[in-house]
Amino acid sequence: MSFPWANEYKPSHPLMQWLDEKLPLPRFVYNAVGAGYPVPRNLNYMWNFGILAGVCLMIQIVTGVVLAMHYAANAGVAFDSVEHIMRDVNWGWMLRYAHANGASAFFVVVYIHIFRGFFYSSYKAPREMIWLLGVTIFLLMMATAFMGYVLPWGQMSFWGAKVITGLFGAIPLVGEPLQQWLLGGFAPDNAALNRFFSLHFLLPFVILGVVILHIWALHIPGSSNPTGVEVKTESDTVPFHPYYTAKDGFGLGVFLLGYCAVLFFAPNMLGHPDNYIAANPLSTPAHIVPEWYFWPFYAILRAFTADFFIIPAKLMGVLAMFSAILCWFFLPWLDTSPVRSGHYRPLFRKFFYVLLVDVLVLGYCGGAPAAEPYVMISQIAATYYFLHFLVILPIVSSIEKPAPLPFSITEAVLGKDEGAVLTSNPAAA
Amino acid sequence: MVRLFGPLVGLFFAVALLWSFGVGALQAIREPEPATAVHEFHLHPKEVEFSFNGVFGKFDRAQLQRGFQVYKEVCANCHSLKQVAFRNLTDLGYSEAEVKAIAKQWGTKAKTFDPKTGETGERDNTPADHFPPVYYAGSGSPPDLSLITKARHEGPEYVASLLQGYQDQPAELIKKFPDAKTPDGLYYNPYFANLNISMPAPLMDGQVTYADGTKATVKQEAEDVAAFLTWTAEPKLEKRKQTGLAVLGFLLAATILAYLAKKNVWANKH
Repeated sequence: MSFPWANEYKPSHPLMQWLDEKLPLPRFVYNAVGAGYPVPRNLNYMWNFGILAGVCLMIQIVTGVVLAMHYAANAGVAFDSVEHIMRDVNWGWMLRYAHANGASAFFVVVYIHIFRGFFYSSYKAPREMIWLLGVTIFLLMMATAFMGYVLPWGQMSFWGAKVITGLFGAIPLVGEPLQQWLLGGFAPDNAALNRFFSLHFLLPFVILGVVILHIWALHIPGSSNPTGVEVKTESDTVPFHPYYTAKDGFGLGVFLLGYCAVLFFAPNMLGHPDNYIAANPLSTPAHIVPEWYFWPFYAILRAFTADFFIIPAKLMGVLAMFSAILCWFFLPWLDTSPVRSGHYRPLFRKFFYVLLVDVLVLGYCGGAPAAEPYVMISQIAATYYFLHFLVILPIVSSIEKPAPLPFSITEAVLGKDEGAVLTSNPAAA
Repeated sequence: MVRLFGPLVGLFFAVALLWSFGVGALQAIREPEPATAVHEFHLHPKEVEFSFNGVFGKFDRAQLQRGFQVYKEVCANCHSLKQVAFRNLTDLGYSEAEVKAIAKQWGTKAKTFDPKTGETGERDNTPADHFPPVYYAGSGSPPDLSLITKARHEGPEYVASLLQGYQDQPAELIKKFPDAKTPDGLYYNPYFANLNISMPAPLMDGQVTYADGTKATVKQEAEDVAAFLTWTAEPKLEKRKQTGLAVLGFLLAATILAYLAKKNVWANKH
């Protein structure tokens, strides 16, 4: 679907006309990311991050497929095969650093993309399905990243796998058999490494499939925009190409500069030194921490230090950690304000910035050792986290008095809209 | 439904968290965490000006060769270097003939096994072989050093500081923490994670005689071997930085062009 004023694809070359009759692939591209897709004219750089996430997925798939040609998923040789890639494979060091830091770049981009969604309430009708698919992608990404981190079979790989699969052991009755079934043994070993490798290869293509659905669902109502006011007339939109191809091109350049600066000059900054020590089941690292992008949720997991009535602390932590993401699925129905953009929601905006700081604090505590004061800080921060999404948001959206909205996107950009005069004051026309 | 159960779930987790917070706070007031010797006496590595630091950093070949000499004459008695092959030593500026000679003269020989007769034996190492394993019978377990500078925070500085960090336990420490006295068979070193390391001080002034006439102080030896172990952990460091400069230069130009293109396209839309 698109707006009625969308440009129509008219191939001029006979070959393209022939192709359009047999397989209208160029028409599909033209209508998806070409001049045939009208997009709000006022998108700011926050709307760059969807494309960037797609680029990250491509980087991960391309580098990952080549790395898989040289990697050996066997507990006896996995660690050494990664070093073989780093030392003896042509440009292997670059592939591996690109892949390891690519995962971090992917999460940076996706976190900004998600918080863009929070601020502009991008999840609201008619875009609920885009949001639901997006949260699904995020969950799949976390599973993929976790299994990928196990593959180098270093100390953090091994102990991370042990801790995370151990979470399933907290489930009453079925926990322990479930954990053994997931690992294929009593502790992470060859069976676990092999299945993680298999799934780590499979899941990115599942993500790709859900990304296609995500973009398909996006093309039905079209992009939201910083005012949150829906597109009304042609003057509210510009064709995707050349306007947003040009804007995204510049954004991509800035992103690649940052990504490559880390890749080539600080490639181990985001990793943990212990993962350069081969996995050793007999030696537990002093602090077991996951990769940085799991830290906020890891902090929530560890914040539950006391049993709550009959529920053991560990089970509470596991339930809370999963709920912390699952509650995002219900956002379209928890936030009932008819106004989308945070620009016009003064009270909501304040709480949004508190949430942003809160998640950063949780992230910091999740990466810190499990000692005071970090545990107590993360307990307070996690309390706010749950209250924000499940209690504050519904209340704010019902009591808040939003600021007046512009009549249209055109008015927001140009300060006036000829169409607005016609519609709002017919007598003057 | 969502608006009914959502707040209930939220309050459930909030109350449970505040319960944990209260229990923890009570605990912290009743029994404050005791101070530990590690917390008060552990030191972060000293700053060292290595030639490979920075965006334009490069290895100092003469320093790598000196560091290799320290490894060969001192460290190799207990520590293996299994990720590195003799052939890699050409990166240090040795000729192929020199590498052949180094491999041939290496103390630990390569193991052979004849599958027909079942006999085991030994042969000289060749450039294609990796550094042979080291079997260590004493107490402690000396780690393989191939990746040691990437397996520790601030690895090169850590190695250099640790090797210079041996000293008598401060009287102040023993006075404050009588239980933390370094046990027999261990050695006090404030750069080591738990302050007491199994490895006796391996370096002293004049431990090696450098062929290039550099004075072999402990500091010199420690920094040289730290530089060598940075190369063993990251042999592609120079290529990485050079490639990075080219990539960033290209991207910067491309991004400027992309910005100008964007400005041009959008000129009439603002």
